[in-house]
Parts: sequence; C-alpha cells; structure tokens
Amino acid sequence: MQTPAPFEYERAGSVDDALALLERHGPEARLIAGGHSLLPMMKLRLARPEVLIDINDLDDLAYIRLDGDAIAIGAMTRHAELLDSPLLAEHHLVFREAERVIADPVVRNRGTIGGSLCQADPSEDLSAVVAALGAELVVRSRTGARTVPARAFHTGPYETVVGDAEILTEVRVPVRPGAGSAYEKVERRAGDWAIAAAGTFVTLDGDTVADVGIGLTAVGAPHFCAPEAEDALRGGPATEDRLAEAARIAAEHTDPSGDQRGPAEYKRHLARELTLRALRRSVARARGEGV
Amino acid sequence: MTTAETDAARADAEAGATAPRSAAGNPIGFGRMLRKEDARFLRGRGRYLDDIQLPGMLHGAILRSPFAHARIAAIDTSAAEAHPKVTAVITGATLESLGLAWMPTLSDDVQAVLATDKVRFQGQEVAFVVAEDRYAARDALELIEVDYEPLEPVVDARRALDPDAPVIRSDVEGKADNHVFDWESGDPARCDEVFAAADVVVRQDMTYPRSHPAPLETCGSVAHMDPVTGKLTAWITSQAPHAHRTVYALVAGLPEHKIQVISPDIGGGFGNKVPIYPGYVLAVVGSIVTGAPVKWVEDRSENLMSTGFARDYHMRGEIAATRDGRILGLRVDVVADHGAFNASANPSKYPAGFFNIFTGSYDLQAAHCKVTGVYTNKAPGGVAYACSFRITEAVYLVERMVDLLADELGTDPAELRMRNLLRPEQFPYRTQTGWEYDSGDYPRALRLALDMAGYDELRAEQAERRARGELMGIGLSFFTEGVGAGPRKHMDILGLGMADGCELRVHPTGKAVVRLSVQTQGQGHETTFAQIVASQLGIPPEDIEVVHGDTDQTPFGLGTYGSRSTPVSGAAAAVVARRVRDKARLVAAAALECSPDDLEWEHGRWHVRGDPSQGRTIQEIALLAHSSLELPEGVEGHLDASAVYNPPNLTYPFGAYVCVVDVDPGTGRVAVRRFVAVDDCGPRINPMIVEGQIHGGLADGVGMALMQAIAFDEDGNCLGGSFMDYLLPTAMECPPWELGETVTPSPHHPIGAKGIGESATVGSPAAVVNAVIDALEPFGVRHADMPLTPAQVWLAMQGRPARTDIAVW
Ligand SMILES: Cc1cc2nc3c(=O)[nH]c(=O)nc-3n(C[C@H](O)[C@H](O)[C@H](O)COP(=O)(O)OP(=O)(O)OC[C@H]3O[C@@H](n4cnc5c(N)ncnc54)[C@H](O)[C@@H]3O)c2cc1C
Repeated sequence: MQTPAPFEYERAGSVDDALALLERHGPEARLIAGGHSLLPMMKLRLARPEVLIDINDLDDLAYIRLDGDAIAIGAMTRHAELLDSPLLAEHHLVFREAERVIADPVVRNRGTIGGSLCQADPSEDLSAVVAALGAELVVRSRTGARTVPARAFHTGPYETVVGDAEILTEVRVPVRPGAGSAYEKVERRAGDWAIAAAGTFVTLDGDTVADVGIGLTAVGAPHFCAPEAEDALRGGPATEDRLAEAARIAAEHTDPSGDQRGPAEYKRHLARELTLRALRRSVARARGEGV
Repeated sequence: MTTAETDAARADAEAGATAPRSAAGNPIGFGRMLRKEDARFLRGRGRYLDDIQLPGMLHGAILRSPFAHARIAAIDTSAAEAHPKVTAVITGATLESLGLAWMPTLSDDVQAVLATDKVRFQGQEVAFVVAEDRYAARDALELIEVDYEPLEPVVDARRALDPDAPVIRSDVEGKADNHVFDWESGDPARCDEVFAAADVVVRQDMTYPRSHPAPLETCGSVAHMDPVTGKLTAWITSQAPHAHRTVYALVAGLPEHKIQVISPDIGGGFGNKVPIYPGYVLAVVGSIVTGAPVKWVEDRSENLMSTGFARDYHMRGEIAATRDGRILGLRVDVVADHGAFNASANPSKYPAGFFNIFTGSYDLQAAHCKVTGVYTNKAPGGVAYACSFRITEAVYLVERMVDLLADELGTDPAELRMRNLLRPEQFPYRTQTGWEYDSGDYPRALRLALDMAGYDELRAEQAERRARGELMGIGLSFFTEGVGAGPRKHMDILGLGMADGCELRVHPTGKAVVRLSVQTQGQGHETTFAQIVASQLGIPPEDIEVVHGDTDQTPFGLGTYGSRSTPVSGAAAAVVARRVRDKARLVAAAALECSPDDLEWEHGRWHVRGDPSQGRTIQEIALLAHSSLELPEGVEGHLDASAVYNPPNLTYPFGAYVCVVDVDPGTGRVAVRRFVAVDDCGPRINPMIVEGQIHGGLADGVGMALMQAIAFDEDGNCLGGSFMDYLLPTAMECPPWELGETVTPSPHHPIGAKGIGESATVGSPAAVVNAVIDALEPFGVRHADMPLTPAQVWLAMQGRPARTDIAVW
C-alpha cells in the first residue's frame, strides 16, 4: 500500500465555502475533485498538500446544459457523464470519442472535467478537446468570476491561470451549427495516456472550410492547439491535399519529447497522421456522412 | 459451434461419461466443476497476508536506494529514531553485528539484506523502520539521511563484461569482473560440422526483455517470534513454504521445528513468490528486536522495482538447414542479465534453467548453446513469470528462428514446421541436449490448430489485404515444455531435492483430508487435488479437504513453480489415494469374508468379482476401518497413507498456436484479431481450470509481445516502476480465445497429466511476434524486439527497430 504524507481534510459545502477554505489555508491547500490525478501523486509523495479541500459535495457544479449559444459544463461533471451526454454527442462528437479512450470506467466514474483541465497534464485529452472547440473557462474567486479562453488557460505543464484561492466552475463550449468533429488517439494500451492524440472540428460553407479547430495533446503543442494549421485550412476547399497540408503544418509546430511511449520523431509523425484522420472524419461529418 | 467448442464439448462428454456425479452434482473424478475455493474468494472472504492482524502488531517499511550504484558513506538514523511512533530503525550495520547483513540466494550467491558497503540497484534495501502504524513507518523513512557517493552503473548487459566496466560485486573477494557463470549444453564440434555442411544458415540477434510477473497481491510477511516459546511463526506470501522454512533454519540458525511458515491465500505468484526477499528477513529481525509481531507489505513500486523479475536474455541464434527445408541444427549464444545478485531460483545443475530445451519440437542433428550470466546494476531475479525455468526464452528463440528460416527459404512457416516436427513414432525422444521427451503427437496438434484457424483462407485473405495496402499478419508457434521438476537426483534448490510428500487420511464417515506441500496462488488446487483423489477413491470432491500452505500441517516438498504441482504433487496425491484404496481392499475383504484377490474396484466400491451386490463403498470401508471389525493380521486400522513422489522424468506438455493480427500502417498500432491455441497437457482434470490457466497465459503472451518491459535509462533508473509505466494487458487487447486440445498422456505419470500452468505464457509470445513480423513483410522487416509497441512497430517499418531494454530516445 502506498501511503501519502500527513494532511488535513476539509469538506466544502458550497463554492463560497470552498473559496473561503482556500483563502484560510493558503497556498499549501489543494482542492480535491475526483482525486484520480491528485491521489496517485500524493501516494507517490510527489504532491504533499497540507490540507485537502473536498469539493465532491458541490452537486450544483455537476451539469451539462444548453445555455444560450454555448453548452455549459459544470466543473464537477464526471468523465462518465461527458461520455454519456446526448447533448454533447449531438453537437460535438469529439467529446464522446475522447471520453471513450480516457482511462477506464473506474477512473471515468470519479474523474471530473474540472480536475482534468486544472491538473494540466501535458497528455490530458480534454485539454485538446476544449482547445479545439475554442471553449471558455469560468474561474471564480471571492471577488467575482472571470472568463478565460481555453487557449490561454494552460501556462505550462501542470500549470494554469487558476490562482491559489480560485476555482474553475464552468466550461463553456460554443455551439457550432453544422460542425463535424472527431477525436483520434494512439495509446500503448486501453486506458493508457496518449502517445499522441488530435481532436478537430470543421464547419463547411458549401465545400469551403468556414471554420476549423485543431487540438493536440501529448506532443508539446503550445496551448494544446495548432492555430497555424487552422489558418492554412480556413477559407479554402476541404480537399484531401489541403487537409494533409494542414496536418503537416500542425505537426511542424509540435515539440514532443521522447519517452517510454516513443521517440519524438514518432510522436511528431503521429501528430500529423492523427490530425489528418480527425480532419477527414470531421469534414465527412460536416457533410452529413455517417462516419 | 466452432471446432474448438465441439472439441471441448466432446472432451467434456467423455470426461463426464467416465466420472459419475456426486449428490452435489460434481464429477467424482475428472470433469468440469466450479472451484471449491471460489466461494470464499467471491465473497471477499479470502484471507491474504495483509488481512492478518495480531495483537500488538507493528509495521515495517524499507528505505530503498535512489541510485543504481553508489557507495554509502554514512547513514544517520537519529531523526527517524526520535519519531514518536517509531520502535526500531535497523541498518546494514545493525545486521552486520548480528551476522545477518547478507543472506544466501537460491542460486548459491549472496544478497544484501540491507546494504552495507554500497547499493547495487535502484530500489535496493538500505534501512528498515518499525513503527506503530504503516504511515508512521513510511514517514520515518524520510527522516533517515543517507550520504551516497554515486558510482558509474552497469546498465547494458552486453557491456557488462567489457574490461573497463565497473565491478559491481566488490563484496566478493578477488572479484575483478561482472561474470556470474558460463554454461554450455550440446555438442559444439558436431554443430560446427552440421553448420559447415548446411545449404542455408540464418542468424539473428534478439532480446527477450526484462519483464515482471506483477502479481496483484504484492509480497509481504508477518513475523512473530514468540519470546516465551522461542517459536517463530512467519506468514509469508510464499509459493514454497517448506523451502523457505528450511532456508530460514539454515541461515538464521533457528531450530527448524521452532519455525512455522504459513502461506495464506495468495493473490498471484507466477514465480515472483519463490525467492526469499530481504523484506521477509527484516520482518523476522524486526520481531526479534522489538519482541512484537511485525508486518511488512511492499507497495506496487517496490514489487516492480526490487523483486524477482523475469527474462532479460540477450540471444544470438543461428539455424542451419538444407535448401529444401530440412532443419539441421541450432546454435545460440546468450548473455543473461541476472542483476546485482544471482538470485534466480534454478536447480543447482542448471544455472540457465532449462534453457537448453531450445531445440524445441524439431528433429535436429546438432545443437549447442552457451549462456553467460552477468551482473548488472539492476534488481536480482530472472526465473519467474510462468517461464518454466527459462523455457519461455528457449521457445521464443527457436520459434523466431524457424520463422526467419521460412522467410529465407521462401517457405510457408506452417509447412516448414510440419516438415520438421518430431513424429509420434520418435517418442520417447532424446534431444541433442539430453532431454527425454516423454510423449507427443505434434503433427496432429499443429494440423488441428491450422484447421481451427482456417489457415489457408487466412493466407488468401492476407494476400488480398496486402494488395490493398493493409497489414495483416499470421503467426505460428509450436512449443514443447518440460515441467514437473525433479527427478530429485538432478534437480534441487540449495541441495533440497525436488520430490513432494503427500498425506491422505479418510475419516470414519468417509470424508477425507489430503495434505500437500505445494501452495496454490490462484490455480485452484483445492479443487484439482480433490478431484485427483476423488478419481482414485470415489469420494466426492466436496468431501475432500485440501490442506496446504502451512509447514506445521503438511509434509515436506519444494513448492509450486515450474508447473510442478500437478506433475509432482498431483502424482503424489494419486499414489497416496491408490495406497488407501489398496488398504481399503483388505478391509473390505475382511468385512466380506473373502480374499482380497476376489475383489474388484468400481465407482468407489470394492465388490466381489461376478457379484456386484456383495460389496462395500469406500465410505462403508472407512467406518469399518475405524470399527471393532477384526482385521487380518498385518493390517492396521484406520484408513490413511502417505507418499513421497520423486518424478522419474519431467513431463512434456506441448501445443500449437496461431495468432492473427492487424497492424495500422499509419500508426504502427497492433490489434490481435484472433488467437487459436491447441494445448496438449495430457488428460484434463478440470477442463474449466485448465482453460483458465490457458487464458491467463495467452493474455501474458499478448502483454509480453506488445507492451510489457522494464527498461532502464543510462543512470540505471528503472523505467517500469508503476502500472502507469509497466503495462499489463486488459480484456481490450485480448481477442476471444479459441481453444482446442489433443490428449497425449504422459506414460510415466500416474494419471498421465503433464501440467498446464505455464504452457500458454511459454508458447504465445512467439506467435504474436511472428504474426506482427509477418504483417510487416511488405516493409522488409525481419525482426524487431518485444515489446512491439506502436512506436517500436513504426520504427521497424522505418527499418530501424530500437533496443527495448535500455532507454533509447
Ligand atoms: C489510471 C488512470 C488513467 C488515466 N488515463 C487518462 C487518459 O488516458 N487521458 C486523460 O486525459 N486522463 C487520464 N487520467 C486522468 C483522469 O482523467 C483524471 O481523473 C483527471 O485528469 C483529473 O480529474 P479529477 O477530478 O480526478 O482531479 P483531481 O485529481 O481531484 O484534481 C486534479 C488537480 O486539479 C485541481 N482541481 C480539481 N478540480 C478543480 C477545480 N474545480 N478548480 C480548480 N482546481 C481544481 C486539484 O486541486 C488538483 O490539483 C487517468 C487517470 C488514471 C488514474
């Protein structure tokens, strides 16, 4: 049995309560949501928070609902709920496809979207999904709420803009009528983190790419996205050649590091291959082809 | 129904027809029945090591080295000792003063219980803290200050014997290199002749990387040295409780009758729980020092980083053949990485285990192998993970070489195997390296596997797919295993011969208890051994209690590994049951007032030949044996017997496997689409348990071939120290297994059984690898080392597969 270092435990009854606890206990306090990232690190004693503030009672942060021109997802929404959500599947299949290959049912039953994004693991799948879809993240403190674009949320590996006394409360994903989206991931084994993965959406105006989003994870893509490739594709026809060119550009801007999952050159190859595959399927879906 | 299902159904019907059913519906003998032990496991009522709680019990934790190779300049334990919940802190220096700093390994080497002079692998034991609870013990580890002076590590096994390599075993006087042993088998001169005359010689270097059995339950011990009685009770996660007890007696000088080793329910072993680990010894020392029981249970990372690994064989194979596909000879040169201490559990005469069975299932004219064991700055071990004493490595080698030869000759690999397999009339067959295969019908097994797979159709499909640019591969492997060690005159552990005792007692009411030396780790011994006794005595299996895992309750024997439980202890159980049956005959004759010679045995009953109405059931006889019935002179009362079974030879299970894979050309990802496994382990005592063993082994093979390896970086850091880094296969990677069987009994085993515990682990990796290499043929790939991760497959497609034993990025 792996045993964490000693810590205190608090249970928050509301967002305000959690914020007050954060303020009271200072920077050595940590929120705990699903615990599937934090607890393993604590057991390995890589993380040693002095106080854990449990936010699992905050049921009012667990929802997926249409809110104007966005789908609003509460931070405490579990992976399993994202996987099963008909609303998300209707608008952005990329969510369901990503969730299907995140971890395993045990982890998905507890792990939350808020924890996933705040953990800021460089291989996190949902970070690529929200970056691709151009989501906005709502961060609350005692003094109010601010909204941060997904592409400005992560400031580095395991680092975000969320301050010591702040909580991510909501993820707002724009509804994009007619969009097709897809997720492609290669891992060494079911439930393993990505060697590389790509999530994309495409909207078409006739045969022209009206808009496109490309998210990449585990390959050192800045902010989990590929804006240069998006720019190259947007506004022109959705031909195989142009998709391939966009995928090439996306891969060019990655900076993967080699590890047991594979050497950097292989990961860069995957960034290209998986972006292309995701784009192809996104386009086909935007055309209404059942793929 | 598939062929496999029909076969299984037929076999079951046969077994069912011969074995009558008990009132509870179980076969009185062989056949499918639910496992007796599962009632407690499924209800969460198993009693594993960590379930043991004793009054006043303390908890131990081990401080481990962060370096692969470093001198220990100083250790300061004062802060840890000052921790309010800490009872004792033990270092190498403490042990040295007791003469316990080093312990013998099962391979005639020594291993540090706690490091004294230097540390020799990352994760090595440096200090032991005993505290009131597990958390405090772990917290106190952080208070120990160790001053390490890092030394250059030896990481690459192939460089371990370089003249300028740092010497790891400076503790051994006069040791100037990292050499452990050289071992040869076969006839090198004859091999040279055969190779010189051959039309074709194919060579290939291949590594069977280091892996780990990773049982779900890690290793641990609870030691209680009773200060009043002077008796040591040690609960240990041990596959070999008797061997452990005797070694404790020899090492610690404790009187053997004052040591009781209890191996409770075990959550998987796979050879990982054969060796004696420093933690077990430390729990005992901790109990002696504190006067209280001490529990030590390692965590997952400790298990993966410090306990018995498997494989790590670096092989150069050569195969010689005629142009028309007659295999003539096989040669192999191996560098065996044994880690920092030679702690593999091999019989003394076999430092490389049974690797010299590498001639496989083929009729060869010459063979030779040379194995050189080396020390490296890695954890010790080597013989584990259902390897049948290194036969896994041997089968992988020969089955890869045969495929490489087929490729060279342009011959279909199935055809090449069929042409060279031993023929049934050649048995018993003596191999070029001296093994005597007991029985087999190899072509029949291969034919069945090919038929079940639809081999010709698969090849046709492959051709079509290739034309479309798709990568589909078909891989075969044919294996012969040797299991069930001894005989005792050839096979021992630290001088203890591999023969197993067994005791059987039938109670007055006809219920029985059978006591065995082997210990189950999940294989279903409580069912299988009851069925063996049932088959000989006619007592329903539910009426037979199997007792094992407690040295005070069971006869001596060497334990469960190398698939030896059914071949050795199973034979002992059959022999002892027959002895009881013979005695029952004398009792029945006395009761029936006839001569024992006039009696006939049928369905658990002795009756007068020609008059079945005149008879006594075994249950009636049991009561008579305990009653006031006057027994003939020389016949003692009661109904019991004991036996020690010394196997005359190994038994040789075999099988033919076919694997079909699809490889994604864009990503290198491998999907195992089908796996056909035909196994021959002789008669199947409980077919359901046999199939379970095969399923597990096939999953192991998929894991080994595609994802499992423990690599090291250049500093000797272990890169497989958690389940995030060391991947076990899941159901998602496993296709529905398609099983078939042939039945060729062992002629020398009392019930003909050959053992099945390791067959699939031994045979399957080669089939998967052969399939992937076959799929990559359009890229001209000849070989790539396991594990064939997506990255490795992609690199192979680029013409540069990587080494998988060391970090290469
Ligand atoms: C075996 C395993 C496999 C996995 N595989 C994958 C995979 O393939 N792909 C993948 O993407 N992920 C994977 N994960 C990670 C999994 O998705 C995690 O559960 C998730 O990343 C973290 O969510 P959580 O709710 O468990 O967060 P926690 O562990 O509770 O928290 C993580 C961090 O976020 C902070 N935090 C949590 N919620 C908030 C909030 N609302 N506001 C501010 N800070 C917050 C915490 O303080 C902590 O620092 C895997 C995890 C495991 C254990």
